Amino acid sequence: MAQYAVLIYAGDSAHSSDATAEDTAVHDRHAQELERSGAVVAAYALTPRDLATSVRGDAVTDGPFVDTKEIVAGFYILEAADLDEALAIARLNPACRLGGGVEVRPVAGGGFVQRPAA
Amino acid sequence: MSDHAAVAAAIADAHRREWTRVLAATVRVAGDLDLAEECVQEAYAAALRGWPRDGVPSSPAAWLTTTARRRAVDALRRAGTLRSKLPLLVEPEESVTDARDDGADAVPDDRLRLIFTCCHPALAQEAQVALTLRLVCGVPTPDVAKAFLVPETTMAARVTRAKKKITGARIPYRVPRPAELPDRLRAVLAVVHLLFTTGHTAPSGPDLVRADLVDRALHLARMLHELMPDEPEARGLLALLLVTDARRATRLDDTGRLRRLPEQDRSRWDRAAMAEAHDLIVAGLRGGRAGRYVLQAAIASLYAQAPSFDRTDWPQLVTLYDRLLEVWPSPVVALNRTVPLAMAAGLQAALAEVERLESDPVLAGYHYLPAVKADLLRRTGQLALARQAYAGALALAANETERAFLSEQLAELDPAGRPGLV
Repeated sequence: MAQYAVLIYAGDSAHSSDATAEDTAVHDRHAQELERSGAVVAAYALTPRDLATSVRGDAVTDGPFVDTKEIVAGFYILEAADLDEALAIARLNPACRLGGGVEVRPVAGGGFVQRPAA
Repeated sequence: MSDHAAVAAAIADAHRREWTRVLAATVRVAGDLDLAEECVQEAYAAALRGWPRDGVPSSPAAWLTTTARRRAVDALRRAGTLRSKLPLLVEPEESVTDARDDGADAVPDDRLRLIFTCCHPALAQEAQVALTLRLVCGVPTPDVAKAFLVPETTMAARVTRAKKKITGARIPYRVPRPAELPDRLRAVLAVVHLLFTTGHTAPSGPDLVRADLVDRALHLARMLHELMPDEPEARGLLALLLVTDARRATRLDDTGRLRRLPEQDRSRWDRAAMAEAHDLIVAGLRGGRAGRYVLQAAIASLYAQAPSFDRTDWPQLVTLYDRLLEVWPSPVVALNRTVPLAMAAGLQAALAEVERLESDPVLAGYHYLPAVKADLLRRTGQLALARQAYAGALALAANETERAFLSEQLAELDPAGRPGLV
């Protein structure tokens, strides 16, 4: 098994502070579907682009790092035997049907970090 | 001496015919494309040394495969690599065909795994093409580079990068499952078709046809049809390449100038290839919705089968183009359709259609559009506009043979050049 990161690209995140359950319903349903698949190791939804702050060199700017039509709206890590299996899961993401899409990247390493006791 | 020549010929033949099979079978043992390639090259080198002494084995492919696989096993043993740690994911034979899904009982040929891996959509198409020539056909990288007119270092880097992605992203060495197969087969056929068209009309450079690429593409199409006899589009692609290439000998005159279809000597077309294509097409059109390649082949075949250009069945061609547009709504197809349309429905109808297509962004910069338009304008007697269109086509065409043809057409319309006619 190998781990793949799935970066979800959309015009913006559906998870704004005033988002209703209806706004995020399609994503929540997919999250449950992913959970049931047993393939997902960790998953995060991000807040909208308005809340993004970027640092390039010394300069801090308002907004996503790359100013494009789509931004990373969330990401998750899944475990799959091979790329085909990872793609089969990743392509089910609602973003693919809503004008955005996903990027699948093999994970080189990482995971949760054990923090030293305070 | 002649023995030596016979052995050398046998090895060259085994390279051309059996490379794919030998490499594909060796990848299973090596679990790594690079190692497998190296071992297969060593096996051919061993044949060069051993066969003159021991004679050509009764099955060269089996000899080469055994030799290459043995080398792979030795290399892995030396490196102490465990099977479970092999970078390339090679599925055990049993799990490959899921009888529950597709009802197939045959174990797919290793060559199919190799082809589908090389043409995986996670690789850029130029990488798919390069890998297919390099790994499936066994063409040395310098020759692959030459075929695509890029520096050898560029091509080597492209191949290396693609192999790294196959390993790093774990692109499996597997024939796709039935659910994925239509899409994945489309990618494979597109690569073979691209190889053929690149060879059939070289996009740039001095030669119109690059026979090596055309022959490789035909070989691949034949192999795919043989390996997937029930896939109508694999059959269609083979038919299309056969019927298109049947005219190879007559596309240029003795001085290397482009000849148009009406001027080609039909008696010199390859009748055997056309007959083979015809049978494939008839089988392909029977039953179900015919796909893109079958229809393209049917069109090319109908053009080729007419006893003369004037006696071509133009209305039937328009009908076939209409069906093709249904399965493949491409403006390039719509443009090609205007050629029989001009004969079946008249020049004005065709011209109106070409003008409609001029606004399609896909065709911007496509030199055949002004070339087709110029021809129609010339035939309707609008010579000034025809000149303009030929000049437009000339500005966009990069193949020198095609450029020479267009220049000549333009010169014929030039009032200064042919004062008596205009």
